[in-house]
Amino acid sequence: MRIHVTVNGAERDLEVAPNTTLLDFLRDDLRLTGSKECCDLGECGACTVLVDGRSVNSCLMLAVEADASEVTTIEGLAKDGRLNPLQDAFLAKGAVQCGFCIPGQVMAGQYLLQRNPHPTLAEVREGLSGNLCRCGGYVQICEAVLAASEVGR
Amino acid sequence: MSIGTSERRSGGHARVTGSQKFVADIGLEQMLHVRLVHLNCGHARIVSIDTAQALAVPGVVSVLTAAELPQPMPRYGPVFNDRPVLAVGETKYHGQPVAAVAAESKEVAEAAAELVRVQHEELPGVFTVAAALDPASPLVQEPELRPNDPLNHTNVLSERRFGWGDVESARADLVVENVYTFPMITHFAIEPHAFIAAAEDDGVAVWTPTQNPFQMQRILATVLGLPVAKVRVHALDPGGAFGGKQHPKYEPLVALLALRTGRPVRLVLTLEETFQEVRRTSCEIRARTGFNRDGTISFQDIQSDFLMGAYADIAERVIDKSNYLGCGPYRVPNSRTVVRALFSHTTPSTAFRGFGTPQVSWAHESQMDDAARKLGIDRVEIRLRNLAGKGEAFLPGDTPADGDWAVSVRKAADAIGWGTALSPGRGRGLAVAVKAGATTGASYSIVRLHWDGSATVLAGTSDMGQGARTVLAQVAAHELGIPHEWITIVMGDTATVPFDLQTSASRSTVFMGQAVMRACQDIKAQLKQMAAELHAPDAPVVELLRARFSAVRGEVIGVGSYRGEYQPEHPLGGAPSFYEFTCTASEVEVDEGTGEMLLVRHVTVADVGKALNPQHVEMQDEGAAVMGLGHTLMEHILLDDSGRIRNLGALDYRIPTTKDLPLEMHSLLVENADGPGPYGSKGAGEGGLMATAPAVASAVTEATGVVIRDLPLTPERVWLAINEKDA
Repeated sequence: MRIHVTVNGAERDLEVAPNTTLLDFLRDDLRLTGSKECCDLGECGACTVLVDGRSVNSCLMLAVEADASEVTTIEGLAKDGRLNPLQDAFLAKGAVQCGFCIPGQVMAGQYLLQRNPHPTLAEVREGLSGNLCRCGGYVQICEAVLAASEVGR
Repeated sequence: MSIGTSERRSGGHARVTGSQKFVADIGLEQMLHVRLVHLNCGHARIVSIDTAQALAVPGVVSVLTAAELPQPMPRYGPVFNDRPVLAVGETKYHGQPVAAVAAESKEVAEAAAELVRVQHEELPGVFTVAAALDPASPLVQEPELRPNDPLNHTNVLSERRFGWGDVESARADLVVENVYTFPMITHFAIEPHAFIAAAEDDGVAVWTPTQNPFQMQRILATVLGLPVAKVRVHALDPGGAFGGKQHPKYEPLVALLALRTGRPVRLVLTLEETFQEVRRTSCEIRARTGFNRDGTISFQDIQSDFLMGAYADIAERVIDKSNYLGCGPYRVPNSRTVVRALFSHTTPSTAFRGFGTPQVSWAHESQMDDAARKLGIDRVEIRLRNLAGKGEAFLPGDTPADGDWAVSVRKAADAIGWGTALSPGRGRGLAVAVKAGATTGASYSIVRLHWDGSATVLAGTSDMGQGARTVLAQVAAHELGIPHEWITIVMGDTATVPFDLQTSASRSTVFMGQAVMRACQDIKAQLKQMAAELHAPDAPVVELLRARFSAVRGEVIGVGSYRGEYQPEHPLGGAPSFYEFTCTASEVEVDEGTGEMLLVRHVTVADVGKALNPQHVEMQDEGAAVMGLGHTLMEHILLDDSGRIRNLGALDYRIPTTKDLPLEMHSLLVENADGPGPYGSKGAGEGGLMATAPAVASAVTEATGVVIRDLPLTPERVWLAINEKDA
């Protein structure tokens, strides 16, 4: 099947198999490997991307379902090599350890801040509860989201 | 300068932009995709394997079974060469591969793997300590793999004894005797294990997220019959490792497939397959502890049985090293430990953060609490009365206590509000643990000071999240007197970086840190010589370099190394270079109606000597604490009667999320610059999980009055214990 998607601002027109997940489409067809594969059943959040502004586990969505949509992946956040405030906050707060879950954490945080620009700690914990970090950096990850919410306040 | 400041993570930018390449992100031209074939049971006799249907699928290039491999089957392991490349004759655990399909796409490989027909007969298996010790049980390992071992007709790989004094004649006012169990748990690195191999000239290249590139190189060279120099290991930064990526798993298999097909091959495991591949050693510990009336320990008498799994991997080392310190950080006049390493038809266990210490501390700390309650002594006080003082040989004849550990205990007690009033339903606990740091082995580093004053540091350490790259750059920046940003750390390619024993045992800051420091000192000596020759003793380094290298360029190369020598007479092959000491304190609230627990406050104190990067130390220590909450509260692998993992995968095996965090978490450091690493540092990063379980369990006991000696403390278990008490 042919799909037309806008990924990180670039329009893409590609042939995909009907059973290809959005994650495989991004990683294998577009070679955007920032979105990670771990549990492959929507439990870990490592593959989190935004589709038309909504946060989704891209392992649970078919590529064909993203037809005519706008997809934002971790590769699409920094502009002209400059980190966005949330990415910068992750580094400033020491929220990055091994880094494998971080693309998903950042995208989940991005989504949270879009909906709720000034969340409380409890809201951040709730909002990121679908993203596993085995390095256990949750305290710093939540601090980073809170710090980013203060930028430009 | 750079030391002691919280520099941002080297490699952090790539990690927040998605450009960091993990093994599964690497694509090579003409690469084949591999899918493993396994059986839906633990122990089974393989009758026949029919690959015809799978081979007939368009796009399938190769289906490998034991029959196609060299005979006798190559076997490998970090200590014992017992793990076959593919199951031969029988499977020994649920998930052991019996065949591997290589195909043009992962979809084809997956479909063809389903078509490999394996006729097999399920056999009774050994899944518990009791079964492993039962002489009527089947043997897990073939006796011919250890022909000269008198235990080769048992499921015991080794039985070791540690101790001193005379337990039999020691007198005590109180003897407490209990049995503690620690479950199987899995590493659950968010990066599932991934492997790529490709034939390269007259050798082979392997991409793997290993913590141990040089051991991988050695083992691959042995299995493939190649010189070490013809095996190139690209050890990419692991996406979490925690010990699970310390030793070879399927690297020999993908290397053999690459050589056989002449194509690059790639195997990315599912999360479920990683569950079947690595786990922590489970155990039963029977502890009999004698106390004097004042709470001081009279003797410690421990019988430990650890279930290793189907192959030895590094498990025996885990078991010996942790049980050698099985009495904890205490002054114990009489001690006897008998520890057995047992085979079972389960996933082979391996290194896992803490390296056996969470298991032994679960026992020795719960014993302390039991005695404190029975003797009417405060639980902090009883620990302070027994804790070894700095410089005290708490392990007779070995490295003395290298920290003022009581300081950590008091710090944790203060931070948790020990002795202050508690709200109803709440309790507090405090526990300590100590782990022997790295013992033997070498780390080498080469530092290249370029003509413009920037530097490249070659180090064989793996940066798996601990931030080794950052800290080694800080050491080099400090020694060379150049900005942190002028340094590039190169890691993980055995064709480029010099030998390092491994990234384990919290050794990198101490061992590789010293090697980098010495390489920088080597450079400084050369610069001094250069300054003398140029008659410019006071010239700044950059001017000196420009003067020396102006015409034909060049650089100054420094070499440094740090070694822990092998000591054959030492029970561990070498004395610990430092101790990792931790104190954890926790306040919990238990809902007696549901058994659910709210962690109100959780404190860890780490004695790190010197925090080279305080933020990195704290995030690791807190991260370890969160991981410790996993095995304390929720994690355990459940097996069915066929040895299958019932909770296989992220849906049914839960690890902590943001919603499981304590309301407040604090990581505190003790810094007395009394470690062997650069600037007095010690290894760190494992401690935060070593005493989690006994601290939380002690709090639960204070809150509810029930004592639980089996982990994890699930709501069901806590609720049952409360109801049994009330019944």
